[in-house]
Amino acid sequence: MLDEFMQGFASAREVNLLRIKEAKENGRKVVGIYCTYCPQELILAAGAIPVGLCGMSENPIAAAEETLPRNLCPLIKSSYGFAATDTCPFFHFSDLIVGETTCDGKKKMFEIMQDLKPVHVMQLPHLNNTEASFELWVEEVRCLKKRLEKELQVTISDQDIWRAVEVINQEKQAIKAMFDLNRADPPPLSGMEMLTAAWSRSFSSDKGELIDNLNGLVREVASQTNNRQVKAPRVLLTGCPVGLGTEKVIRLSEELGAYIVAMENCSGYKTLELQTATNGADPIVALAEKYMAIPCSCMSPNPYRLKLIENMIDDFRVDAVIDLTWQACHTYNIEAFEVGKLVKSKGLPYLHLESDYSNSDLESLKVRIEAMLEMVEK
Amino acid sequence: MIVIGIDIGSVAAKGYIISSGSHHRAMIPTGWSPREAGQAIIDQLLEASGLERNQVEQIYVTGYGRVAFEHADKTVTEIKCHARGVAELYPEVRTIIDIGGQDSKVISTGEKGQVLDFAMNDKCAAGTGRFLQVMATALGLDVSELGDAEDPRQMQTISSMCTVFAESEIIGSLARGNPKGGIIAGLHQSVGKRVAAMARRMGIKEQVAFTGGVAINPGVKRALEEEIGTRIIVPQACQYTGALGAALLAWETLRRDL
Repeated sequence: MLDEFMQGFASAREVNLLRIKEAKENGRKVVGIYCTYCPQELILAAGAIPVGLCGMSENPIAAAEETLPRNLCPLIKSSYGFAATDTCPFFHFSDLIVGETTCDGKKKMFEIMQDLKPVHVMQLPHLNNTEASFELWVEEVRCLKKRLEKELQVTISDQDIWRAVEVINQEKQAIKAMFDLNRADPPPLSGMEMLTAAWSRSFSSDKGELIDNLNGLVREVASQTNNRQVKAPRVLLTGCPVGLGTEKVIRLSEELGAYIVAMENCSGYKTLELQTATNGADPIVALAEKYMAIPCSCMSPNPYRLKLIENMIDDFRVDAVIDLTWQACHTYNIEAFEVGKLVKSKGLPYLHLESDYSNSDLESLKVRIEAMLEMVEK
Repeated sequence: MIVIGIDIGSVAAKGYIISSGSHHRAMIPTGWSPREAGQAIIDQLLEASGLERNQVEQIYVTGYGRVAFEHADKTVTEIKCHARGVAELYPEVRTIIDIGGQDSKVISTGEKGQVLDFAMNDKCAAGTGRFLQVMATALGLDVSELGDAEDPRQMQTISSMCTVFAESEIIGSLARGNPKGGIIAGLHQSVGKRVAAMARRMGIKEQVAFTGGVAINPGVKRALEEEIGTRIIVPQACQYTGALGAALLAWETLRRDL
């Protein structure tokens, strides 16, 4: 039964691709997104389908390097490469792309991407703790609403937004409940299973169905006796975004005998404690508040990420932490220093890996991960 | 009780056989087949010790070739093995710098030789034995001759960390008439700088040991000592500490199971 749920999540991409194609033919609009900062609620409120765009494969990177510099993070190159080669069907179907200025690389890449599709870029402030930066961000969320209304030729009412807020709040709760299953020892879900389920969210055209499936999975796991009895090091993964296609560190760690029990990164736990408040007067302000609180390394300072990692270490009974930085992601790379200090101060092994989407460093990654796991065994 | 530890590196395969009361070691070039190198090491160890294969109770294998070798009872990373091997020889050591053929690493160890932390170079030849090998060829020398050929008084700084660029830098430097000994000292300094930076990032605690094939080169030891600012111990069997550690870990597992 668990396998059935997992298969459902694994096939979400294919199933939803067909659905989105059909929806497009019936006149529905599709908005492509790249990042957890994008207020999906507004897209839902506009009656459009928000869909996560491709950026997790090495394949289109060579094509991207015809335009972009080599020394750029693989996520940006892959995202642009998919778009430029028209090999991401979700990009293909999108009526509008929403990007954010999370880093210099993305900011400038989106300028070039405008030649391929209409791109709306949201200006993120670098501080998330001042009034001025919050006002800027509220304005940016309002701007997105206006752009969606213009581009998709709809009017978005406050009520539409509040309804969407409910849906996304529920989705977040359902995903969090799925991740929280792994607080148990041994963890009922493997890292690959967690990733597969969480990743399916970005393609799910029917949020209600996704929430039902996640809740079903949680109920199913709760009703089963856990037969993964082997004691193994419990590892927390943090750092840059990881998705299906760039899961090599998760896969290697589990092949080497670890349990990846939790993921702090974007597709994981990073945003899952954040719920949009529903008691305010202006849904735009409520949304801005929630998204501004995301502990991304592009914010300075970024204390909530450290607090979140510390809580997760305790809640998920973590034995070791792997911090993965994609090459040329300066903000996560530099923040690794603080994360390392925190993890070591808790007496746990900390492994900082810098890698890209290629398989050229599998052997050297293996040695490092294995040596870290040996430190747990002692 | 008889155990074997093998360290199959990118350049050399090393082995230790330990039995109650005696031990022997052996080393051969790894060549193209880590599996055959591992087998050849076992044969040599058995011959040197006069023991039979069926008397060997445990074989622990480490190094990059560890996965290719199918007769291992257990594979262990070279990080743990170096830490264990060095702890046996020099219990006071808290930091190990290991520079081998294709990587360099710094290991922070505890009182019992356990690994507390480690750092490794990125996928690049800078700061490894391979870097020195390429440079030796450019200078018309064998890599084993570099140590004695250096002249630090005439140091010629090599600024490029990239193996390809450093090679052309050397050729340019030779063309300008700079002395070979000074260029070699510069090469050693560049390896020392690179590895010392990695060590400082992790934190250096005394005493410091230097192992791996590159530790044979007194010029790199000198450069490391200058960069780190402390004396460094080079074990006489500096290439064997990984194999020794593997053998000791095998020994300890057997003893625990008795």
